[in-house]
Amino acid sequence: MSYSDKVIDHYNHPRNVGSMDKASTDVGTGLVGAPECGDVMKLQIKVNRETNVIEDAKFKTFGCGSAIASSSLATEWVKGKTVDEALAIKNMDIVKELSLPPVKIHCSVLAEDAIRAAIGDWKKKQEATTPVAAEAK
Amino acid sequence: MSTDVKIPQASTQAHHSDPKGVKLPIYMDNHATTPMDPRVLEEILPYFMEKFGNSASRNHSFGWAAEEGVETARERIAKLVGATTKEIIFTSGATESDNLAIKGVAEMYREKGNHIITAVTEHKAVLDTCKRLEKYGYRVTYMPVQKDGLIDLDDLKRAMDDKTILVTIMAANNEIGVLQPVAEIGKLCHERGVIFHTDATQYVGKVPMDVNKQNIDLASISGHKMYGPKGVGALYVRRKNPRVQISAIIDGGGHERGMRSGTLNVPGIVGLGKACALAQEEMPKESCTLAGLRNRLRDRIMNRLDEAYINGSTEHRLPGNLNISFAYVEGESLLMGINDIAVSSGSACTSATLEPSYVLKALGTGDDLAHSSIRFGIGRFNTEAEVDYVADRVIETVERLRELSPLYEMAKEGINLKDVKWAGEAH
Repeated sequence: MSYSDKVIDHYNHPRNVGSMDKASTDVGTGLVGAPECGDVMKLQIKVNRETNVIEDAKFKTFGCGSAIASSSLATEWVKGKTVDEALAIKNMDIVKELSLPPVKIHCSVLAEDAIRAAIGDWKKKQEATTPVAAEAK
Repeated sequence: MSTDVKIPQASTQAHHSDPKGVKLPIYMDNHATTPMDPRVLEEILPYFMEKFGNSASRNHSFGWAAEEGVETARERIAKLVGATTKEIIFTSGATESDNLAIKGVAEMYREKGNHIITAVTEHKAVLDTCKRLEKYGYRVTYMPVQKDGLIDLDDLKRAMDDKTILVTIMAANNEIGVLQPVAEIGKLCHERGVIFHTDATQYVGKVPMDVNKQNIDLASISGHKMYGPKGVGALYVRRKNPRVQISAIIDGGGHERGMRSGTLNVPGIVGLGKACALAQEEMPKESCTLAGLRNRLRDRIMNRLDEAYINGSTEHRLPGNLNISFAYVEGESLLMGINDIAVSSGSACTSATLEPSYVLKALGTGDDLAHSSIRFGIGRFNTEAEVDYVADRVIETVERLRELSPLYEMAKEGINLKDVKWAGEAH
């Protein structure tokens, strides 16, 4: 199997590898995939509550080179975007950018899922920390 | 193996310049195929242009010269496995030999019974042949294997019934290199009047073989797994005690005593013969060298990396085989990181089916660890310097990928990955 230059570049020099404090209210964490399926992605975002802009993103991925590249690219793309803009990223955008072959499309789907899961987690935290919710305690 | 070969690209972007004593890329996938020994090539060359005759041409010297080459090869193969020359049938390779043995027995002994026994870790050439026979009304038992990859002889005894005509169990596994107790299996078969076929593709020329002492009735042999050419193989067919008969699957001019028609691949056969002669001569020393290199690779890797697991029996194993699962690292990404080294992975990502290795799954290895496996196949032309280089590259790549792995991070945090609900949503 041959890889595109972009996949190889992300594999050799993955962007934004790391972890953020998943307990922080500003951080949203998405963990998608399963070890039995050969792919697990953890994607984290740090969002500015005032502007809804994703100020930082980190990832760690267990998976093939295309899975690593898809999640690395996803962190690059979400950084600087608002939450709503990030939700507009589609897996086919990733496929196109990395020239993924058909058998690797599931890697891009997983990356899109990871973005959505991270944003979903962050939104849940915001709902839980609104004044109303705080008073309800 | 459901593993595909990873072939390093010429434009390798590895950051490593050729280290001392090692020429890159390194070939360490000798279960997939072996490079041809130069002595084999030398033996073959005259049979393309000077001795090009058809070995079936009985009336002129061109035919006689070709026939002489074929018969010398037949003697050499027979000698290596303890057979007589009349018991060696040439084929196009081990896949054909497996097909001929299994389908040939099934058809010939149809009136005696319709039950065949094999194991789940067999090569697809055996499994798919058995599956096809099921469509034609044969009953097939696919025996499980134990954790070490070996079949349980009691399971085999229990599986046999009065309709059993054939047991087909491989001598050495192509993924994990484990050696089945061939002699004991053969003995059980002979006690019950059942024919015993073994796919000896990975075994012949690597481990001493004697069809009589090991009670083997049919054995598949391949040229290109033992430093011979591709596209040539053989089937050993026992002539007495008991006499085994098989129906042909290719009809035609009645070559190979009617069992396999078609003009003989004379250069290929000559090469297979020479490969067998070389193996016979060098096996004692070579198996010792290979085991030494394999153990060196194993020890270097296992001493430096935690949570690396050897798949299959370490005791009953081909000398050049090593199969390791590196927890928390996916196999294909590991292959990508060591792209100046040709090895194989049991990862789904390297197979067409997206299923991880069925052989590793049969050992009870979880899908996660099957995805994380690498097969190293050390062969005649590998060196100690290569082994050291491979060990270093594997270690540094596994360490790098673990730093990238959320599973490794979770495990280090004390999370039991088995308890995690992998739903595809944030937890």
